[in-house]
Amino acid sequence: MTMLPPDFTDLEPFAEKWCLPSERERYEMRLASTMPEMHAFYDAVCPRAEAAMDYLEQFGLHDLSEDGSNLLHLLYSMIMVSFPVEVWGQPRVPDTGSAEFNCFIEPAP
Amino acid sequence: MARFPKPGEGSWTEHYPELGTGPISYQDSVSADYYERERNAVFKRAWLNVGRAEQLPRVGSYFTKEIAAANASVIIVRGKDDQIRAFHNICRHRGNKLVWNEKPHDETQGICRQFSCKYHGWRYDLDGSLNFVQQEGEFFDLDKSSHGLVPVHCEVWAGFIFVNFAAVPEQSLTEFLGPMVTNLEGYPFDRMTARFGYRTTVAANWKLFMDAFAEFYHAPVLHAKQSPEKYSAMAQQAGFEAPHYRIEGAHRLVSTSGVRFWEMDSELVKPMEILTRSGLFGPWDGVDLGEMPVGLNPAGCDPWGLDSFQLFPNFVILIWDQGWYLTYHYWPTSQRTHVFEGNVYFLPATTVRERITQEMAAVTFKEYALQDANTLEATQLGIESGYVEEFLLNDQEILCRHLHKEVADWIADWIADHEGVVVEVRS
Repeated sequence: MTMLPPDFTDLEPFAEKWCLPSERERYEMRLASTMPEMHAFYDAVCPRAEAAMDYLEQFGLHDLSEDGSNLLHLLYSMIMVSFPVEVWGQPRVPDTGSAEFNCFIEPAP
Repeated sequence: MARFPKPGEGSWTEHYPELGTGPISYQDSVSADYYERERNAVFKRAWLNVGRAEQLPRVGSYFTKEIAAANASVIIVRGKDDQIRAFHNICRHRGNKLVWNEKPHDETQGICRQFSCKYHGWRYDLDGSLNFVQQEGEFFDLDKSSHGLVPVHCEVWAGFIFVNFAAVPEQSLTEFLGPMVTNLEGYPFDRMTARFGYRTTVAANWKLFMDAFAEFYHAPVLHAKQSPEKYSAMAQQAGFEAPHYRIEGAHRLVSTSGVRFWEMDSELVKPMEILTRSGLFGPWDGVDLGEMPVGLNPAGCDPWGLDSFQLFPNFVILIWDQGWYLTYHYWPTSQRTHVFEGNVYFLPATTVRERITQEMAAVTFKEYALQDANTLEATQLGIESGYVEEFLLNDQEILCRHLHKEVADWIADWIADHEGVVVEVRS
């Protein structure tokens, strides 16, 4: 059982962990992940992001099938992990040990 | 050498001489007595923004708002006549909180034809009138027409819903806002319905967090590591200067110049910013919102960055050049805690790529807000220790100075009105 469109089977190993529909789930997954895990995901998905956006644009934002929505959520997770990978070197923003900022509403999709 | 001209007095702060230039104490941010004063003199007196009209899309749409500083829970509802009204969230029978789900302290929202009390089933129409009493004949001399929900003053400006807990507000909402704010009319707030909403409790006085977003002097330092090293080194070297500050009545404005990230060398921007064409300042390919209202970009910057309008007491509207806007609310719950809400608004995305730019901007916004929130807890601890009594503010921190003074002035007014004594309240 695959989660992503056929053109993106190479990203399938990351789908179950990172195709998450809400910001809250993505942020929690980031905090619960190791840096090697996030590096591996980032390195795999970034080179495929342009192709993924082109693929999804064919259908339109509001007419995505289930596998298309999963791919979009995977791109949202790519953005989420880019901060630990590109700047922080750790899952959490440094010096924000006691801070939370919970997302309670976001646009769908 | 200043990059932007300052007023003739030599500084923005001296342009508003009532502010002074001396150190301030922040006793106003640690004192429980002062907080009690603020509740009466500010939060039960000023117009408070509780949300936007788009949160009430249909007749019967409602939401509740908990305002601890005014000791109030309010129901905001769109009536059959399309009017937005506010009521105290209290059943007139025996005082039960009328609208809530699961936990009485939590806010809720929904749509209904009437409000029905969970306790004994009294029912109220959307206009607040009491229209059903269970076993009405058992009561003595019950006049239903005088037992409707207790209204709260409620006015709407540019789709922003405000309430006022005064028996009689001293000013109408538009008088209170004044031209600096009402000159934002025409901005398409009503079309920008794609919303990312965030909330947290911060262990710091509400004014200290207002201060954090009232100055950008901190930005090149606190947020340095958000950017590639080369960019943050340049930013720190340059420091921050705003091209324009304005204070009008109780409210204040800071405007900033912009940055053309898309014209920069790739080592100055992050790979994900290049990939998504978005970042802190918003989508790089800004959207055309049509003609902008006269109140925006007062210094005529090109590129322009943002205008942050800080509405007294606890509400900020921050409009970015790149066609999106933020709101901040700071709801005090004690002298050392408050609930902070941030909302990010865009035009609804029509394409996948546009939606991706919004996601990048919203996630970036949260990364910065987390740094600000945690730092403020550290500030509260430092001030509360009491070992240092006076603190300095520079010219780029003029708006912090104004907020603390304005709160003190409102308290002094209230004391004069209610206790018949004229005092000087110092922040």
